[in-house]
Amino acid sequence: MENLAIKKLIEKFPVSISETKTFREEVTVMVTRQNIYEISKFLFSDSDLRYDFLTDLCGVDLFPQRPRFEVVYLLYSMKNNQRLRLKIKVEETESIPSVQSIWKAANWAEREAYDLFGIMFENHPDLRRILLWDGYEGHPLRKDYPVKGPDFDKPFVPEV
Amino acid sequence: MAETRFMTINMGPQHPATHGVLRLVLELDGEVVLKATPHIGHLHRGTEKLAESKIYHQVIPLTDRLDYTNATGNNLAYVLAVEKLLGIEVPKRAQYLRVMMTELQRIAAHLIWLGTHALDMGAMTLLFYNFREREEVLRIIEEVAGGRITPTYLRIGGVAKDLPEGIEEKIRAFQQAFPDHVKEYETLLTKNVIWMKRTKGVGIISAEDAINWGVTGPTLRGSGVKWDVRKAFPYSSYDEFDFEVPIGSNGDVYDRYIVRLREMEWSNSIVEQALERLPKGPIITEDPWVALPPKDEVLNDSGALIGHFKMVCEGFHPSKGEVYASVEGAKGELGFYIISDGSSRPYRVRIRPPSFFNLSALPKMIEGSLLADVIAVIGSIDIVLGEIDR
Repeated sequence: MENLAIKKLIEKFPVSISETKTFREEVTVMVTRQNIYEISKFLFSDSDLRYDFLTDLCGVDLFPQRPRFEVVYLLYSMKNNQRLRLKIKVEETESIPSVQSIWKAANWAEREAYDLFGIMFENHPDLRRILLWDGYEGHPLRKDYPVKGPDFDKPFVPEV
Repeated sequence: MAETRFMTINMGPQHPATHGVLRLVLELDGEVVLKATPHIGHLHRGTEKLAESKIYHQVIPLTDRLDYTNATGNNLAYVLAVEKLLGIEVPKRAQYLRVMMTELQRIAAHLIWLGTHALDMGAMTLLFYNFREREEVLRIIEEVAGGRITPTYLRIGGVAKDLPEGIEEKIRAFQQAFPDHVKEYETLLTKNVIWMKRTKGVGIISAEDAINWGVTGPTLRGSGVKWDVRKAFPYSSYDEFDFEVPIGSNGDVYDRYIVRLREMEWSNSIVEQALERLPKGPIITEDPWVALPPKDEVLNDSGALIGHFKMVCEGFHPSKGEVYASVEGAKGELGFYIISDGSSRPYRVRIRPPSFFNLSALPKMIEGSLLADVIAVIGSIDIVLGEIDR
């Protein structure tokens, strides 16, 4: 069955869709990072698609590949009972538009992607660390971050 | 004078009513909450990072420790994702055992919620009643799986072991007595004037807002959205069971309470159906590339011994790809997004924790209400910090 969302996306954003994949009946669409806000807005508000629920948003580190990160958006349509996965690639130095004004669920999820990967989101109202504390150095879910932490063999001795 | 009018107070992280280590910074005007800022992460253990360095089997015990009131449900979400990645079928008996155990676990999770939620609001009696029944469930889980809080009962491709002898009578005895216990809880709360005054019209979230904030589970259904992963994407043979999805109408604390009570009754009914129709057959897939060989073969056959050794040390190599699988956990949609690069360890394991998204909508529910209502609302969205912080 032809996926309506892909068809509509290719019609509306012919240059932004670089690749579509289906694995185990899950549809993934690679889009360019510049248009992610417009594409999200379209998928959210189109009356046939109505992807009104952001199930999840997370980062993936592809180190040492370039561009380094992927950001994965898992959308769900309550109306059609259908999922759609959007993916964008982003370089370490680049930032991507925030979608939290479309789905409020993205607010904390984007903060987490920033916290654990160091991915920057533009127009996010409150881009702070969320799981780790302010002042923490590094982003632990990056592949070049050691599992035991950088200070594993350097026990913290407070000054007396 | 204007500046002295407002006060900022800190609630938690060690506060008995925050159900774990949640810290809330509340800006108050008298008793009215103007702004609430949750601070989380006190229980962060790096589960996602840890999972990347383990073989697929070794991740199962980590998932027990996410939402520690609903361990079997967490196991199920993870093994479903891995099974989807491998593209394997699970034997029917294992599917029914999974359903039965996760529904028993859901009852236990809802009981601990009800007890602590009522305790927060001053109704202490209920906690003793709830823990009495929860203990019975935990005894059953212990007898079946060997552990109480973190049973790690599920395996990739099936379950760890078959039901021990005589357990079916015990489950049936619990299951038959349970509806009366729910009535008992209801006599204490449902028409209790103090309870109704503290919960009705408190912490309201509309259906549109709940969907927009990514809220799932009983909290979403309390707002009148009839959505349940067990119905939307039936897994583990849920489509063969007869059950309703209870919903509320106002989206307040009281509705969420009613939804969870009804859910316990339906879970109980699912346990009954699973027990009655439990098919015979193997409890784990016979695929030697996924499951460990049976123990008696390992002891008598060198080929099986080598296979066992290889499986424990090296695990299996799923094909390259990415999958997302989710279950209706006790708190909402619990999902695992796994990326495989073809090696024996997952490249990335992303956990979609329901409590994380439910909690992010907390400011929306409590801003503008009274400080005392904050306690009621936190209790009603049923958060577990082990899952939020991961």
